[in-house]
Amino acid sequence: MLELLDSGFVLGQLRSGVTTAIFLFLIASGLSLIFGVLRIINFAHGSLYMIGAYIAWDTTARLPGYGVSFWASVLVAACVVAVLGAVVERCLLRFVYRREEHYQLLFTYALVLIFSDAAKILWGTEAHSVSRPHGLAGSVELGGVRFPTYELVILAIGSMVVIVLWLSLNRTGYGRIIRAAALDREMLGALGTDVSSLYTTMFMAASFLAGLSGALITPIRSVVPGMDVEIIVDAFIVVVIGGLGSLWGTLLGSLVYGMVLAFGIVIFPRFSIFAAFALMALVLIIRPWGLLGRPIR
Amino acid sequence: MTGLLELDDIHTAYGTSLVLFGVSLEICRGECVCLLGRNGVGKTTTMRSIMGLTPPYKGRVRWKGEDVTGSHPHRMARRGIGFVPEDRRIFSELSVWENLDVAQRSAKRPGPWTIEAVYALFPKLRELSKRPGGVLSGGEQQMLTIARTLVGNPELLLLDEPSEGLAPVVVESLLAQVKRLKAEGLTILLAEQGLDFSLALADRAYVLQKGSVRFSGPAGELRENVELRDNLLAL
Ligand SMILES: Nc1ncnc2c1ncn2[C@@H]1O[C@H](COP(=O)(O)OP(=O)(O)OP(=O)(O)O)[C@@H](O)[C@H]1O
Ligand SMILES: [Mg+2]
Repeated sequence: MLELLDSGFVLGQLRSGVTTAIFLFLIASGLSLIFGVLRIINFAHGSLYMIGAYIAWDTTARLPGYGVSFWASVLVAACVVAVLGAVVERCLLRFVYRREEHYQLLFTYALVLIFSDAAKILWGTEAHSVSRPHGLAGSVELGGVRFPTYELVILAIGSMVVIVLWLSLNRTGYGRIIRAAALDREMLGALGTDVSSLYTTMFMAASFLAGLSGALITPIRSVVPGMDVEIIVDAFIVVVIGGLGSLWGTLLGSLVYGMVLAFGIVIFPRFSIFAAFALMALVLIIRPWGLLGRPIR
Repeated sequence: MTGLLELDDIHTAYGTSLVLFGVSLEICRGECVCLLGRNGVGKTTTMRSIMGLTPPYKGRVRWKGEDVTGSHPHRMARRGIGFVPEDRRIFSELSVWENLDVAQRSAKRPGPWTIEAVYALFPKLRELSKRPGGVLSGGEQQMLTIARTLVGNPELLLLDEPSEGLAPVVVESLLAQVKRLKAEGLTILLAEQGLDFSLALADRAYVLQKGSVRFSGPAGELRENVELRDNLLAL
C-alpha cells in the first residue's frame, strides 16, 4: 500500500479510474434512462454494447485508410445499434410493458442469450482487437503522468455526453416531455403525447449510447464473447450505487465505482471487485434507492 | 345545436369487473352538462371511456359524428378533448411552467389558451411558475391541472370532481373561474358528487346509478324538484 504515497502512481490510478468511469457512465446512463422512463430493467443493454464493439471492429477491418475509418466505424456502430434497439423495442419489448417485472426480467435476459449466440455465429468466438486510431496512439505528459491521448479523447467525449444529456433533459421541450413521461405516462398520453413513439425514441437514444461506448472501447479492450454480461453487471452496480433513473446519480455511481476498481487493486490486490460489491451492499443497506436516487412510490 | 360528443350504449370494465352497463349521453357545442351520482357509480369511468384511457368493450363513442371508439388517449386529446382528472395528476417534479409547457407541446393545438392566457385566468399560477408542482396546495394544484388542460385548447373539457377536497372559499373562486370558461363558450362535461357546484353551472344533467343513466334532463329540474333529487342521489 506504500504505492499510495507516490503521487505519480495515484495520478495514474486516478486516470484509469476516470476512463473506466466514462465507459460505465455511457452504459449505465442508457440503462438508467430506460428504467426511468420505460420502467423496464433491460438486461440486454450490455448486449447492445457488445454488438457495438463487434460492428466497430468489423467495419474498421473493412474500411480502408485507418484513422478516418476508425471514427467512421464508431459512428456506423452507434447508428446500427440505435436502429437495432428501435427494432427490438417496437417488435418485442412493447409487448411486455404490461407484464409483471419478473417476466420482463426473464424476457430481456432471453434477449441477452439470443444476442450472445447471434454474435458468436456472426463474428466467431475468438478475441479481436482494434489498434488506436492514427494520431491518438501516443500519450501526453501531464504532471509527471503519461496520459494516453486516446483516453483524453474519451474523456472529452464522455464529458460532452454528460452535458448534452443534461441539457436535453432539462433545457429542451422534448426533455421536459421525457421527464413528464417518467412521472406519469398515462397523464402525459391524455394530454396528447404519443407515449409509445416517445418510448421508441428513448430506447433508440439509449441504444445509441450503448453502441457508441462499445465501439469506443475497442482500442482499449479486446472484443470477446462475454463482454456483454461483464458490462451489464458493472452497469447494475453503478446504478444501484448512484440511484436508478437519476442522471447525476449515474455519473456519481460511475466515478465511485471506477475509483473503487482503480484503488481497490492496491488495497485488496486480488479482490478489487469485492470492494465494489461491498460498497454496493453498503449503499443498499443505508440508501436502498441509491446515493442520488429517490424512493419509488 | 349540433352534437359534439355522443356516447351510444357504452359498456366499460376494468379487467373482469364490469362498471358501466350501457351509458348513453350527448353533449352539444357550448353546453355545460353535468354527470351526477354517488361515490363509485362510474362517473370517472365514463370520462376515461371517452378519453380512451379505459376504452369501452361495447358501444360507440362519436366525436363530431365520427366513430372514435378505441382511439388512443393522445389522439382524443389532439382531436380536442381535454381531460382534467379528479386526482389532478400534476407532474410533481416539474415546475408549474414546465407542466404547462409539456401540455402545450403534447396537444399541439394552438389557440387562444396560451400560457399567458391561463396565467391571466389563474394569477396565482404566475407567482408559482417556478415552483415544483408537487409542493402546491390542493387548490393550487386544481388550478394547475385545469390550466394544463386548457393550454391544449380543447373544444370539450372533461372536468372530474374539481371541487373535491377543497376548502369552501377555494371552491367559490374555482366556481367563478369555471363560469368564465363556460361564458367564453367552452363545452364542459362536469362530474360531481355534490349538487352545489354542478347545479350552479350546468344546463343539463345526467344522473348515474350503478353504471347506467337513471335520469337525464334540464339541470333546473333537479334544482327545483327536491323529491326527485333525493330519490336519485340518496344511497
Ligand atoms: N382501476 C380500477 N380497477 C378496478 N375497478 C375500478 C378501477 N377504478 C374504478 N373501479 C371501480 O369502478 C367503479 C366505478 O368507479 P368510478 O371511479 O368510475 O366511480 P366515480 O363515480 O367516479 O366515483 P367517485 O365519486 O368516488 O369518484 C367503482 O366501483 C370502483 O371501485
Ligand atoms: Mg370519480
